Amino acid sequence: MNTLHTVRLTVNGTAAEVMVEARKTLADALREDLGLTGTHLGCEHGVCGACTVLFDGNPVRSCLLFAVQAAGHEVGTIEGLARGDELHPVQRAFSEFHGLQCGFCTPGMILATVDLLEHTPQPSEDEIKEALGGNICRCTGYQKIIESVQGAAAAMASGLAK
Amino acid sequence: MKPPSFAYEAPEALDDALALLDRHGDDAKVLAGGQSLVPLLNFRLARPARLIDINGVPGLASISERDGTISIGAMTRQRTIETSPLVASRAPLLAAATRWIGHPPIRTRGTIGGSLAHNDPSGEYPAVLLALDAQVRIRSQRGERVLGIDAFLGEWLSTALGPDELVIAVEIPIGSKHATYGFAEVAKRHGDFALAGVAARFTLDGSHIGDARIVAFGGVARATRLTAAEDAIRGRVPNETLFGEANRAATAAIDPISDLHATGEYRRHLTGVLVVRALRQAFGEA
Ligand SMILES: Cc1cc2nc3c(=O)[nH]c(=O)nc-3n(C[C@H](O)[C@H](O)[C@H](O)COP(=O)(O)OP(=O)(O)OC[C@H]3O[C@@H](n4cnc5c(N)ncnc54)[C@H](O)[C@@H]3O)c2cc1C
Ligand code: FES
Ligand code: FES
Repeated sequence: MNTLHTVRLTVNGTAAEVMVEARKTLADALREDLGLTGTHLGCEHGVCGACTVLFDGNPVRSCLLFAVQAAGHEVGTIEGLARGDELHPVQRAFSEFHGLQCGFCTPGMILATVDLLEHTPQPSEDEIKEALGGNICRCTGYQKIIESVQGAAAAMASGLAK
Repeated sequence: MKPPSFAYEAPEALDDALALLDRHGDDAKVLAGGQSLVPLLNFRLARPARLIDINGVPGLASISERDGTISIGAMTRQRTIETSPLVASRAPLLAAATRWIGHPPIRTRGTIGGSLAHNDPSGEYPAVLLALDAQVRIRSQRGERVLGIDAFLGEWLSTALGPDELVIAVEIPIGSKHATYGFAEVAKRHGDFALAGVAARFTLDGSHIGDARIVAFGGVARATRLTAAEDAIRGRVPNETLFGEANRAATAAIDPISDLHATGEYRRHLTGVLVVRALRQAFGEA
């Protein structure tokens, strides 16, 4: 039953390999086997959104996916966003607009935002709420998160215009 | 909050998946999107000895139209259905309801086949597919069968599926050009499971209502047709007085449960209100 599976996948653009039991979630494999502890686990049943990662470019709950299922796929985590010391515009906006306090929900919020802005570069407030509605934050009261997303959208639009 | 051990199989052909189900069906579970099954495993409410992951089985995830029917493969993701132009034009009720399922990351993985096989009484898809009079195509090593959605759906998460059977596709009749629909639900937060909801499809016969299929979900044992409300409006001219009659017929007919989230009495009242909202969507504020 406790057979180990060798799983080859791409994480943040780099080839990776883990040896895991089938029951190990992708979130646990990222954290424990690959040392990428930026992916947070709040509820472990799909409800809080803290563990959101990009799976072949789309947002998914890494607590509801097994690492074995990621074989041959591309996973994007919060660690993959910054370029060296330069933060991703969404990360910078969350910092500038105080979109975080304790930071526990932030990796999931940011990856969900990255996905939103990729498909909807100038989202309305309702579209932001719809996209982030599955991510729970216990600290901010959400208002600053919405402002951060709007700030990121504006920064990315002016970045493109340059 | 970690799943128990299980053996993992990832068949790459439908026949292999069916052979595995034939051999292990009783103590195996099919893994589709995992958005209902994996929470159950993490809570250890389910302890299957083996998971048969069908994400690698080709041919189960297409949407096509043929002979007046839209066929949607069991592994089609909710997000794909939400954004499909074919679904939007041929089965707009299904597209509208999909936006109520969970959140974007849930819909990226969750499948129509999984939603049907799981048959959550608060799930949107069983209700919508009942309103649309869909057929469920099922296969096992013993052969293929097609079941009407009403016969497929059982009570409280049960279905007519045998342990060796796989849902292959859902088939939706496109039906009359003169069709209209309504969908309304109330959940505590958008994306949570419905406290109560109504999915309805109507046809128009001149200025009269032709056929009516009105389905209630949430707080009842399974998606349920409100036949008394359907009878009250069939053949009549849509207007607010008639919608009020439908409301009364609906509330008299159902008996939802009370739980942590809402009382049965509130759910009954809400269902009547949602029937009216669905009728207004379909016919305007007549
Ligand atoms: C936070 C959250 C919110 C959600 N909100 C909603 C909501 O508002 N409305 C809603 O309807 N759902 C909701 N869901 C559930 C979601 O829609 C699931 O995706 C769906 O119910 C099951 O589909 P799945 O593909 O994920 O199936 P899985 O979880 O993989 O499987 C579910 C069950 O179906 C069986 N199964 C799957 N596919 C097949 C098949 N082809 N043949 C035979 N058996 C099969 C499995 O063995 C299992 O028993 C939510 C889930 C989460 C985590
Ligand atoms: S830890 Fe995955 S959604 Fe909460
Ligand atoms: S910043 Fe603390 S949970 Fe969101």
